[in-house]
Amino acid sequence: MPRDTLTRQIHHLLDEVLLLGSMVEQATLSAVDILRQRDLKAAATLYENDQLINDKRFAIENAILILIATQQPMAHDLRLLAATLEIITELERMGDYAKGIAKVTLQLKDADINIPNRDLERMASQAVNMLHRGLSAFVNEDPNEASAIAGEDAVVDDLYNHIYHHLVETMIANPATIDQYNQVMWVAHNLERMADRVTNICERTVFIATGDMLEMDTTDDEESDGE
Amino acid sequence: MTTQTNENNIIIQANDLSIYYGSFRAVKNVNLGIQRNKITAIIGPSGCGKSTVLRAFNRMNDFVQSAHNDGKILFHGQDIYAPEVDPVQVRQMIGMVFQKPNPFPKSIYENIAWGARINGYKGNMDELVENTLQAAALWDEVKDNLKKSALALSGGQQQRLCIARALAVKPEIILMDEPCSALDPIATLKIEDLMRELSVKYSIIIVTHNMQQAARASDLTAFFTMDEDRAGLMVEYGETSQIFTRPKDKRTEDYITGRFG
Ligand SMILES: Nc1ncnc2c1ncn2[C@@H]1O[C@H](COP(=O)(O)OP(=O)(O)O)[C@@H](O)[C@H]1O
Ligand SMILES: [Mg+2]
Repeated sequence: MPRDTLTRQIHHLLDEVLLLGSMVEQATLSAVDILRQRDLKAAATLYENDQLINDKRFAIENAILILIATQQPMAHDLRLLAATLEIITELERMGDYAKGIAKVTLQLKDADINIPNRDLERMASQAVNMLHRGLSAFVNEDPNEASAIAGEDAVVDDLYNHIYHHLVETMIANPATIDQYNQVMWVAHNLERMADRVTNICERTVFIATGDMLEMDTTDDEESDGE
Repeated sequence: MTTQTNENNIIIQANDLSIYYGSFRAVKNVNLGIQRNKITAIIGPSGCGKSTVLRAFNRMNDFVQSAHNDGKILFHGQDIYAPEVDPVQVRQMIGMVFQKPNPFPKSIYENIAWGARINGYKGNMDELVENTLQAAALWDEVKDNLKKSALALSGGQQQRLCIARALAVKPEIILMDEPCSALDPIATLKIEDLMRELSVKYSIIIVTHNMQQAARASDLTAFFTMDEDRAGLMVEYGETSQIFTRPKDKRTEDYITGRFG
């Protein structure tokens, strides 16, 4: 079968995307763990290390542009490469969310507040789990699995709503802590947005496999700064 | 197989067209409606019958003794193979530009004037020569040397001269069989730009083995391939943008992603 070069380079590219994905997964889980431990030093390191995720994303983007320019991909190959450009952007933004969580840890310093760590960790592990399986569905081009994962977004939304109400009640009861709990709210918000972006990846996966663009998550238009 | 739906805008239509060379069926059961003022590309592997179909559209296959057709080709609804139809007139309405530029060994001027004269053109010849050279985007390069031999032109200029020659007899459709395969990339892009300009007034069908060219230059693309019996058939026909990003047929996908065979 001809086009061995293109096929081999695409495989390599997908490996790099998985690597970028695992960097994001790691950063997300660490960010929440570091918040629980209130480890300012580790938070500062994680904040800095977001640059590695950005660098990886640009390296992949560059590789894709070179492939498009030199190999003239068509049809499925072209959809895959275009979708991968989108997907690495989503991953990079997820990295920003983890960085945003580290920033909250830094800003909270040693403020004496009750952070709902258990719920945040559940959100993080659910979002990371979705991401992990979402990227597998992407490289395996499994539109059914991708659609199923997109549906799991509701679990993260429920957790977010739960944390949100809990935090609002806490703030009302103790207005002096509004600033700090507002920061904690951002942590939950970032994790919720992360799951939304996994949904976007799943949409792209369906697009690559079928050529049809499905909007699975129509409430995803609002853009907010995760940092 | 998709057939073009935009019925009103069809200028020429192949219905159940099969083309034989003797007992060998080179092309089978093609249903293809060509739209007016569009550029339609025919792509597919070598030997799948692209040139054969193109030549059927202006009865050039008449020159091949063994060639004969089943089915119909309707030009404005009129069967071009009907007994009362004059094939010379068909070729005047439906012109052809070939792979290798083939100007006559005469002056640039005569290359244009000759065909027009044969066709009984009675108007101002200088005007016709200028207008057609203008239309073929060649005028500015040759206007001071109209007496020069056409063979002294570059390959790209010769091909544009051949296009001008085709235009001089006022056709409605221009058939092009790999018109750029003997040209360098710049000359190729010039011809593609010219095709785009010409499509305002003419309908163009181009056979090309260069997929990038089909993707760049055409509005609609028909993909042909060969069946097990070696007969060519049309697999898929649609908007060029769709064919090259979301082909419907696996065989189209394999061919345009370069994974054919
Ligand atoms: N004049 C001819 N006589 C006999 N067979 C021909 C002739 N021209 C083409 N063929 C055969 O018809 C088939 C289609 O050829 P052609 O239309 O030239 O294909 P393409 O343009 O797609 O490369 C091929 O098998 C070719 O050998
Ligand atoms: Mg040919």
